[in-house]
Amino acid sequence: MDRRQFVSTTAAALALPGVRLFQAPQADASIKALCLRALDAARQAGAGYADVRVQRNRNQSLSTREQQITGLADSETFGFGVRVLVNGAWGFAASRDLTPAEVDRVARLAVAQAKGNRRAVKRPVTLAPVEAVKDGRWKSPIEVDPFTVPIEDKVGLLMAANAAALKVQGTRFVSSSLFFVLEDKTFASTDDVFTVQQIYRCLPQMTITAVDPQTGDFQTRVSAEAAPVGLGYEWVTKADLPGRAPRWAEEAVQKLSAKPVAPGSYDLILDPSHLWLTIHESIAHPTELDRALGYEANYAGTSFAAPPDQMIGKLKWGPEFMNIQGDRSQVGSLSACGWDDDGVAPETYLIVKNGVLVDYQTTRDQVAWIQPLTGRTRSHGCAYAQSWADVAFQRMPNVSLLPGEQDLAVDDLIAATPNGIYIVGDGSYSIDQQRYNFQFGGQVFYEVKDGKIAGMLKDVAYQARNVDFWSSMDMLGGRSSYQVNGTFGDGKGQPSQSNAVSHGCPPARFKSVNVLNTGRTRG
Amino acid sequence: MAEWLSRDEARQLADRVLALSKAEGCQVNIGSGSGGNTRYAVDGISTSGDAANATVTVSARFGKRAASVTTNVFDDDGLRRAVETSERLAQLAPENPELMPLLGAQQYAAVPAFWRSTAELDAGRRADAIRAALDVVERAGLVAAGFVERLAGAGAVANSAGLFAYHSSTSAVHTLTVRTPDWRGSGWAGTAHNDWWRLTRPATLAERAVKKATESRDPVTLDPGKYTVVLEPTAAGNLLRLLTFAMNARQADEGRSFFSKRGGGNKVGEKVVDERISIVSDPRDADLLLSPYTGEGLPVEPTVWIENGVVKNLIYDRFWADKQGVKPVPFPGGFRMRGGNASLDDLIAQVDRGVLVTRFWYIRGVDPRTVLYTGLTRDGVFLIEQGKVTRAVRNFRFNESPAAMLNNLVALGRPERVSASESGGVEGGGAVVVPPIVCREFTFSSISEAV
Repeated sequence: MDRRQFVSTTAAALALPGVRLFQAPQADASIKALCLRALDAARQAGAGYADVRVQRNRNQSLSTREQQITGLADSETFGFGVRVLVNGAWGFAASRDLTPAEVDRVARLAVAQAKGNRRAVKRPVTLAPVEAVKDGRWKSPIEVDPFTVPIEDKVGLLMAANAAALKVQGTRFVSSSLFFVLEDKTFASTDDVFTVQQIYRCLPQMTITAVDPQTGDFQTRVSAEAAPVGLGYEWVTKADLPGRAPRWAEEAVQKLSAKPVAPGSYDLILDPSHLWLTIHESIAHPTELDRALGYEANYAGTSFAAPPDQMIGKLKWGPEFMNIQGDRSQVGSLSACGWDDDGVAPETYLIVKNGVLVDYQTTRDQVAWIQPLTGRTRSHGCAYAQSWADVAFQRMPNVSLLPGEQDLAVDDLIAATPNGIYIVGDGSYSIDQQRYNFQFGGQVFYEVKDGKIAGMLKDVAYQARNVDFWSSMDMLGGRSSYQVNGTFGDGKGQPSQSNAVSHGCPPARFKSVNVLNTGRTRG
Repeated sequence: MAEWLSRDEARQLADRVLALSKAEGCQVNIGSGSGGNTRYAVDGISTSGDAANATVTVSARFGKRAASVTTNVFDDDGLRRAVETSERLAQLAPENPELMPLLGAQQYAAVPAFWRSTAELDAGRRADAIRAALDVVERAGLVAAGFVERLAGAGAVANSAGLFAYHSSTSAVHTLTVRTPDWRGSGWAGTAHNDWWRLTRPATLAERAVKKATESRDPVTLDPGKYTVVLEPTAAGNLLRLLTFAMNARQADEGRSFFSKRGGGNKVGEKVVDERISIVSDPRDADLLLSPYTGEGLPVEPTVWIENGVVKNLIYDRFWADKQGVKPVPFPGGFRMRGGNASLDDLIAQVDRGVLVTRFWYIRGVDPRTVLYTGLTRDGVFLIEQGKVTRAVRNFRFNESPAAMLNNLVALGRPERVSASESGGVEGGGAVVVPPIVCREFTFSSISEAV
């Protein structure tokens, strides 16, 4: 089989940074008045700082299996939350009832809560400065609003994809879904920020299962290359589930008879459709500053990249050509926005520069913690709350591995590899609470022999130690092989909140990584 | 309107929606309630929040066509819009041949799961609890990160075929992780119940985590391999809920589950784990207090899932049950695994050499064919030698199946309710009651330096 076939149909690369302007969302005058009222009420009750977020989240989901619909649901949630600082202690309260009386009550409740919290606050919160925004507007760069596309078209697309998969002999089951999100939010703060944003996201997805009735074996293939993005319905059309389903189905069937991997040490070539998740878990999470300082120890964990004073400028994470960027501006990325939930316009900046850790992800209340180390006086713009009912805190922006200087493609990496495994698509994933030890599976695994694809493998997972793994990276794809993937389900915080985030990367090669065989004898 | 609806308020709201419906059939799901939470960490209390919300989901159906719309806007316009949109979407949807008829009126068990003590746990009282925990931790010279959360709510299901079901409940949880300032030791403790006063008191909880943090310093590194393990109830709960997630009859009958029988069908009636294992659920169980009905209003009955190692029931949705000619068996979310009377210390005393595990973390499926999962130990792993805990052990990654683990059973202790979700918050699915477990040949596949 031609190697190029393995990569020719992967998702088209999204453009690199650059914000474009689109039709601005409209502000509702009555909402603005209530926002200002909330800020006044909070100040009068004693808040030194206050912000208010009025938010309408709209979701639509369609799900199918084989040739039938299994779910069609629209949901909408509307409300507002008021966050206040009183003598360095946070308070937050929220309600779905946006009326003058309720706005006053909620603002006062948030202040009362902050005052109560002071009895157990040791170090008062300080906020980094923010630029005033008189009337900021931002909208995701969508071409087609997914909520205006007829249901029949959406169902038709999923049914066509399912039918295409089921035509492949050996395919037994298929499920597919579309998920659309619109966050419509108005933010105002006592630091003279007022913004209105409309943020769209969409996720086309399918899972194909092949069953071998003789052995009872079954294998699945998930459409990992059809990335979730911060775009409109045009992305669903481009993702072309019906066109790509036959190949994914064939791969599910091939996995049934694929050769079980022999455990051992291999050079791994990781496709962008796979590597994004390794970046998410092993680089993006450990560089969350609250985690590195112990604030998330009870759930999400801490970080091996800590404490910051021993890490910034000192932690050699990988080779010279390893550069990791944080941003919320890549066009079509999930984290893209005009302002974060602190009212800060996010920055594009380097977290790892020439293989060395140089910075963390920050919000306004975190800047002071590392300011003497980084010299940075403003937030990188990483505050996010999943809904009006949740308090904003530090969430990862898009965290991406920048392409290499030489414009290598995945074929070049394969051609240069005598003995390795090429992994496409993300699969199982697990990492410890300090982000040292991780184990990843994938969707499809290919044996690479003497620079060529030699066949499919199964039951592959690799397990490595973070810095050892990144230090073993010896080849990196170039700009034309850079792709963006991501997730709607980045979890952190208590109560746990979901963040949507993209990770861009080219393919990369990692030397001598420990590979396990995860197959077990079945009962 | 209060933060959670009374039975009468829920019924009135459902009636308002049903009166607006022009569909052939209509189902209304109502959720209402409030949540309050406070987090603490390095600097004491970090963030907190109080929020109330209520939602209505309208599911309209025309023949086999159906769609649902959820809103939290309850004025006449909001409800009318939700009803009309659900009807418009339903008429556009293709037929779903698996759509089952609406259920008529049903009888439900009364489950008293609502406590004022939890509903009234405001920010001030949460801060008091945290102050009490922090006093213990600070006296020990250690650092804590923790979480106190309470939920109070009421839900209802009603439909145009005359069904109405209502249930109110509260839940509270307090979990904390204590670390030594040099990050060489870490210990966790957690407690959960519907009634705030039945949670372990903050100071006692903190003492437990402090002890683990202190004793977990300077761990010895053991080689990866197969070990006898003593799983504390939380660790056991972390893994056992994964087995229950796999107990879906349709997946099994379709040949894509651990519970698939070779050659077709499922493993109901087959012995799959050690004969000392029994897993049951009863919504009225005083330690579980689960919702007595499903989202469709189907009553949740007491169910035996595994008895003496034999699979007695799998989860059947209404369509699959109808197709297979059996009674539907809903999964209630929570469950109880039966055990004995031995305390954790009694179990440890029986072990010649083994590893004591406090809890697991980042547990993810690797292979559904064998229910194989991977994940890591966390916040307190100790070596047991000749019946005694002798020293701390460095964390491990495991690759293990809860089904295989229950076949390698050595002993069970006294069951208790645990906070089995990794997120350390209120259990999403339902309460979990499990004993501490001893089993042999548990596969630790690599070492983690994490503390």
